[in-house]
Amino acid sequence: MSKFMTWIDERFPLTKVWQEHMAQYYAPKNFNFWYYFGSLALLVLVLQIVTGILLTMHYKPDSTLAFASVEYIMRDVPGGWFIRYLHSVGSSMFFVIVYLHMFRGLMYGSHREPRELIWLIGVVIYVALMAEAFFGYLLPWGNMSYWGAQVIISLFGAIPWIGEALAEWIRGDFVISDATLNRFFAFHVILLPLLLAALVYLHIVALHKVGSNNPDGIEIKKNKDKDGKPLDGIPFHPYYTVKDVFGVAVLMMVYLAIVFFVPELDGWFLEKDNFVPADILQTPPDIVPLWYLTPYYSILRAVTFEWLPGGAKLWGVLAMGFAIVLLFFLPWLDRSPVKSIRYRGWMFKTMLMLFAVNFVMLGYLGTVNPGHVDLIWFKNVTWAQIGLVVYFAFFLLMPIYTKLDRNKPEPDRVTDK
Amino acid sequence: MKRLIISAVMLLLPLSTNAGGGGGHLDTVYINLSDKASLQRGARTFVNYCLSCHNAAFMRYGRMAEDLGISQELLKNEMMFAADKPGDLMITAMPTEGSKAWFGVVPPDLSLTARSRGADWIYTYLRHFYLDGSTATGWNNTLFPNVAMPHVLYRWQGYRSATFKGDGVADISSVQYQNLAPGTLSSADYDSAIRDLTNFMVYLAEPAKLVRYRIGIWVMMFMVVFIMLTYLLKKEYWRDVH
Repeated sequence: MSKFMTWIDERFPLTKVWQEHMAQYYAPKNFNFWYYFGSLALLVLVLQIVTGILLTMHYKPDSTLAFASVEYIMRDVPGGWFIRYLHSVGSSMFFVIVYLHMFRGLMYGSHREPRELIWLIGVVIYVALMAEAFFGYLLPWGNMSYWGAQVIISLFGAIPWIGEALAEWIRGDFVISDATLNRFFAFHVILLPLLLAALVYLHIVALHKVGSNNPDGIEIKKNKDKDGKPLDGIPFHPYYTVKDVFGVAVLMMVYLAIVFFVPELDGWFLEKDNFVPADILQTPPDIVPLWYLTPYYSILRAVTFEWLPGGAKLWGVLAMGFAIVLLFFLPWLDRSPVKSIRYRGWMFKTMLMLFAVNFVMLGYLGTVNPGHVDLIWFKNVTWAQIGLVVYFAFFLLMPIYTKLDRNKPEPDRVTDK
Repeated sequence: MKRLIISAVMLLLPLSTNAGGGGGHLDTVYINLSDKASLQRGARTFVNYCLSCHNAAFMRYGRMAEDLGISQELLKNEMMFAADKPGDLMITAMPTEGSKAWFGVVPPDLSLTARSRGADWIYTYLRHFYLDGSTATGWNNTLFPNVAMPHVLYRWQGYRSATFKGDGVADISSVQYQNLAPGTLSSADYDSAIRDLTNFMVYLAEPAKLVRYRIGIWVMMFMVVFIMLTYLLKKEYWRDVH
């Protein structure tokens, strides 16, 4: 065996890579619940790729065949329904995990120096994931697929001068059609998976260069033993590999429970209107994207001020774009001397909690009629406008409140819970 | 622990209300896919009445027979009116041009109606037809006003007219029916027949539902054991860390 490994190692740095990234990659020993979601996201990515490959074996990217081919998978392909539900539920699980993963970053300051690039690559992954989900959502060619894509692509039409031409260029037609379906299929199964795989690789390379953050937000590399190993670090393998396997087991139980018992999750993971084939003449009563995109959809719809130059739609699109662009600036908006929420003052804690609740609220509002009253006091659109202000305030006021905040002293060594 | 609760709440919050929306006043129907007799009765109604005009173009006769325990002879002699082979899809014999001329629309495919409209909707819709001289077919529907479909099962339910309390707008909660001529089934028997049909249409919309829950329970039991094993493994490894 060792002879074989020597032969390999002379030609490929297998042992070296294993040591650097697993057996001698030191991770802080105080990871908590929130630290499961990175490895879980990777797992779901792999599962989506595997189930996706299986689905392409029977799926037909053709506007006359697509809907029926999905039903063929659901009925006539042995085990097809299981693969399809794994994939459709998987997309929602992916976003649940990614949102929790990002929230973890915000709580413990994982976006801060020296991990800015990890955060930036992560935001690009997030954007790519939204694109991947959007393209994939057209493929079943249900009526909500169709009209959802119609609405989102028409947003490009709000751009002055070139808008309409741009929207037409994206669709490849005057309306969503076979041409659109085929290119979305290409993006969904080739372009974005390749991009995602490359970005995830870069995310991990960047992470392993600087090492993981931890719930205390302090650098374990500051305290090393005489061999140069961090005192508060433990080798990723076997400690975190076994711990993550436990996390995988719990995730899979939740995931499979949804797949087997409630794959539609009452319209949240599979919408009712998507069981009707795409129909250009029949607009669904409420066109809503799936839940993971609705916070931004809410921000888009919150801008209703027609007196704005260029019209409300243009500013809605700009607000939505800006809401995502702001994520990229987060590492530099945060001026706090401490990273972790454990040692931050009340201002950041309040703002972060407000932001999280607000994000969930925006997500909910994106699924309901703006004119109705579903929460207390105001119409949904008014709540969305409040939500928009809170969303932007969290970012734009961050340089101020993180500076003013009265932080607690950070410990020298990581603490155990 | 506090964080666990917060995260759990974050996961559950958006699920607390129905994203599908709509609905309103629908009668609720008890769906039981393990009731094979009910599914078989529903299938018989479906192929005899619904399939005369509607397609269930994603479903095969043979699959239905196999899933519902219907013999090949019974299937071929009593259920396949518009098909030769059990592997054929459930396509109506009515020509598309004809249906357009007769009803103004092509009757929608029924394969997935239970998923797009819901079981309660089907159950309510099929029990709320009434005579209305102002429509082309002479029939109208309280849940779906001015629907192009006539009351196909009128022989069962009988003739009746409707009045609406209050503003006179067709609405399930304000409707009152006046029986004009009784049908061959009593009111309770008619509801029961429609319940069987709805039950069948729920199966039709997702045949995998017959096995999904059963497999799911075994998977959950396996996962519980797997979680316990991985937890013990983790604990064993981590003894030297703490």
